[in-house]
Formats: sequence, C-alpha cells, structure tokens
Amino acid sequence: MKLTQLSLFLENRPGALRLPCQVLGLAGIDILSMSLADTQQFGILRIVVKDPDRARKVLEESGCVVKATDVLAVEVPDRAGGLADMLGAFEGSGLSIEYIYPLAAGHRGKTAVLVLRVEEPERAAKLLQARQVRVLTREQAFEAVGA
Amino acid sequence: MAPSAENRVWDPAELLPRARLAELQLERLRASVSRAGVTPFYDGVLSRAGVAPGDLRTLDDLRRIPFTTKDDLRAHYPLGLLAVPRAEVARIHGSSGTTGKPTFVAYTHGDLERWSGLCARFLVAGGLRPDHLVHVAFGYGLFTGGFGLHQGIERVGAGIVPVAGGNTPRQVMLLRDLRPDVLVCTPSYALHIAEVARADGGDPRELGLAFGHFGGEPWTEEMRFEIERELGIRAFNNYGLSEVIGPGVSGECAARTGMHVAEDHFLVECVDPWTLEPVADGEVGELVFTSLTKEAMPILRYRTRDLAALDRSPCPCGRTGARMSRVVGRSDDMFIVRGVNVFPSQIEEALLRVEGAAPHYVIEIARPGTLDEAVVRVEIRPGDFSDEMRHMVALRDRIDHEIHSITGIRMTVELVAPSALGRSEGKARRVIDHRRAGVPGRDPA
Repeated sequence: MKLTQLSLFLENRPGALRLPCQVLGLAGIDILSMSLADTQQFGILRIVVKDPDRARKVLEESGCVVKATDVLAVEVPDRAGGLADMLGAFEGSGLSIEYIYPLAAGHRGKTAVLVLRVEEPERAAKLLQARQVRVLTREQAFEAVGA
Repeated sequence: MAPSAENRVWDPAELLPRARLAELQLERLRASVSRAGVTPFYDGVLSRAGVAPGDLRTLDDLRRIPFTTKDDLRAHYPLGLLAVPRAEVARIHGSSGTTGKPTFVAYTHGDLERWSGLCARFLVAGGLRPDHLVHVAFGYGLFTGGFGLHQGIERVGAGIVPVAGGNTPRQVMLLRDLRPDVLVCTPSYALHIAEVARADGGDPRELGLAFGHFGGEPWTEEMRFEIERELGIRAFNNYGLSEVIGPGVSGECAARTGMHVAEDHFLVECVDPWTLEPVADGEVGELVFTSLTKEAMPILRYRTRDLAALDRSPCPCGRTGARMSRVVGRSDDMFIVRGVNVFPSQIEEALLRVEGAAPHYVIEIARPGTLDEAVVRVEIRPGDFSDEMRHMVALRDRIDHEIHSITGIRMTVELVAPSALGRSEGKARRVIDHRRAGVPGRDPA
C-alpha cells in the first residue's frame, strides 16, 4: 500500500541538482516522478524510482545524503473538484499533509495519481479507502506511469 | 629516574613543591637570560630594557623583559636567534608560515634529550607503558609533532608505527591489521579516521584502540566526547608549539582537568592580549612562555597568540605544575564582525548546543558593502537529514539562534552536505576572512 520515496539534501549551488541525476542515469535508474523543495540556501529533492534500495546505494556512494520515506500513491479523478473530494477524507481527522506532488497526470477525463506524504500513512490510507478513494500498491503505481 | 608504572609519573621533578620549584625557576631564568643575551637580538632587547641577568631578583622581575613575537622570529630568519655555535645544532624544525617562509627552531643534543623527556611526561601521565604499540599519524618532518612524539614514545620504551599523515584508508588498514593500543594525531584527524573506518563498513571501536594523545590544534570538550564515543577510547590533550620547544610544553594527567605545564622548563604567563597586563587565574588570556633550559634557541616571554586560562590550585594527581585550560582560541584568529569580537570556539559551542549539528564548519567573513557579513557553513549529518523542509529550516534556525545568543551578532547559517568542507589532516582552518587586512577596528597589540 505504501511507496518508498527518496529525499536528497541539495546544496544551493550550480550543479547540485545535476549530480544525483547523473548518478542515477549512469546506474540506469529512471526517475518516475520528482518534486523539488527549496529555500534560499538549500533544497530537498524528492524522487520516486522503481528500485529505491539500489538508487539509495548508488546515491550514497556518490556522497549524497539520502532519506527514504513512506508515501502513498493515491488515485484522483482528473476533473474539477477531484482533489478537493479526495482531501475531504481527512476532514476532522487532525491528520496533516506534509506535501503532495503528481506521479502520473495529464490524461484529462481519466484519473491522476498523486504522491501524498502524511504523518501517519496507515491511518491516512484507511481514511481514504473509507471514502472510496483508491490507494495504489507499488505495482499499480508503477503501472500508472507506464514503468 | 626510572618510570614508575604505579603512580605514572615520569619525572620526579613533576612533583616539586611550589616553593622549591620557584627557586629552581629563578636560578634557571637567570641562566636562560644569560644564554639568550649572546644573540645580537636579545642582547639589543635586554640592553634597551636595561635588564641584566643579575637584576632578576624575583620571578616577578621577568616582567621587565619585553615580549618576543612571531614577527621577531621572522625578522631574524632563518637562525638569527641561535645562541650556540652552528656545530652544536643537532636538529632544526620549523613551523609553517602563513606568509610563505617557515619559522625555524634549533635544538642541541641536550635540548632533544630534554624534549623527549617532556613528551614522555604527558604520554606516561595518560597511561603509556613500555608494552604498548603506538600509531603516530602526525607528519614527520619540519613539523615538531611527529618527531617530538616519536622520541617521547621511544623514551618510554613503547613500540611505534610511524605512519605519518595522509592516505586515511591506508591508516585504517594499518590500525586494523597491526592493532596498536594508542593513537597519536590531531583531534580532527582522529575523527576523520573514525569516519573513514565507518564508511568502510566497519565499526571504528573495533579497531581496539585503548587511548589517544591529541594535539597540534585547538579542540573542544565536545570533540573529546565525540572522539571517545566514535573510537571507544580515552582521549588526552597535549599542548606545545615549536617556538617554545614543540609538544611537551604541557599535557593532561589522568584527572584531565587541564594540562600540567612543565614549569621547571618553561615559565608561563597569561596576559590580556590588548593591555598585555596579567589576567587572574581562571581568566582567559594569551599564554606567554619563557624557556628556562633550552640551549640552542632560548626564548624570552614569547607571545603564543594562544588563548587559555591557568589554574594553579593543587591537582589530585600530585603534579605541581600549573594547569592550563584547553586553548579556546587564538588572539589573532579572533575575528571582529561588526565591531564584536568572536572566537571560532563560540561557534563550536553554538553548534554543539544544537542537537544534530556536527562540529564540522567553516566561517567566511566578507564585507560586500559597508557592513561585515559572516557566513557559517555547517555540515549536516545523514542522521539529521529530514525530508520535511520545516525540520531542516528549524535546524538551521536553532543554529542561527544559538550563534546569536552566544556571540550577540547575527550570522548567516548555511547547511551543506557532509564532507563538503575539506577535512584537514594537519591544522583545521575554521575562519576564512575575505576582508582586506586592517579593516575592522582594532588589532591585538
């Protein structure tokens, strides 16, 4: 039910983003989705890959600081109000969402898949399922991005 | 004078009652001033000050002699302060100069003999026995650390692996394969060795080291805890500088509440770097040393630029030599940001107060416009990295807050990746000042 996301610490300087991307490229690891959070002085790159263990190993070997985090892959109808409906699952639960970014989107009229980082992924998954929202397995999530 | 393994005092002179010590010091001071006076430099200094050896009636009369500075040594490059015929020189060492040429110091055979005995004092005080094997990762060469410790260890009768500096993976291999009991290097290099051993997939504590003697650069109590935790050893501090003799000027006993100065060989003073007046015991000031027994290059009232405090209260170990605190900074390393005096040790304290900040950092100071700007770059440790931005921002803000509360000024804190800052295998360079010389306010006297 959970997906492993890798987060990387990036210094704010030219070339800092390219290095981990090159390392993954050389190892033949495809980035399925990514999100970049930044402050003035440093950034955090979050990525989803098929083989997070191997990706983590090659990244750490190249000197990157990497952290693995559990996230949810959630299916949302790609229509007006689709995201708001999904978020309704958390109303009154006190669960806080750290961040969301798309894993697979852009097929208007079909469904989008979002990466959801919440404090308590298990509880969040239950709340979502109770609202008839599909939480994808790893395989289903990879299938959604054609990986 | 056989070393006693029981009470672990190398030289009975370490236990001299203070009154007897003072008599010995005065007698030796007169002799040392006489020896120094044969050099044209000290002959001029002493005659201008109107001091003759016979005028020294009490130890307080020392203060009639002017200070000697590093600039004096540079001005008499290479061996202008040599007080014996060149034929009597047994060894020349030097300290690396930031301005290009090193500063040379010379030793007679007698000086080398005394020096190795001084190193043996602190080595034995820290537990060195003849059956130990010691890994020495200090540079061998002009730097006094390598040969100084080497001779002290030999004097005690212990075995030595003279690895010298550099090639850390190889150092780790030798530590694993030869299983020495004792490590000798700079404290930052000890941490680097632990880091490399760990990166190798090993546990640095399994190297089986028992204790270590660290010196050659200032370090903190927190660094001691980190070294002890990482390597599973007891870490001892020792102090020295080539201009005075090299390592062996002072070192810790088992009580580890300061480093006993070998006061039968060096007079120590602690002065305010601005007024040059003595500071009270317990207060931080600049250390000033006068050699009492050196033959080749006696030195009178040498301003070390090292900031530390003295403690003359009795030590449970029985040694009577005054204890000096850790060196908390350099009077010339001290930097002034927007008119405020700041020591690198204050930044270290701030980092260590913040859980998660490793003590690897560099301070860069610049003056892009009219105001000074200080940037503190801090390495984050992998365990402290969070994928949540608010945690990372909070970490940075806590460091920022601590620096402000300790120094009273705001600095820009930047988090950088581990090992992004170069590790020094010699002295750690903590402060990079991009301002042109002579810009801010006052310089130390």
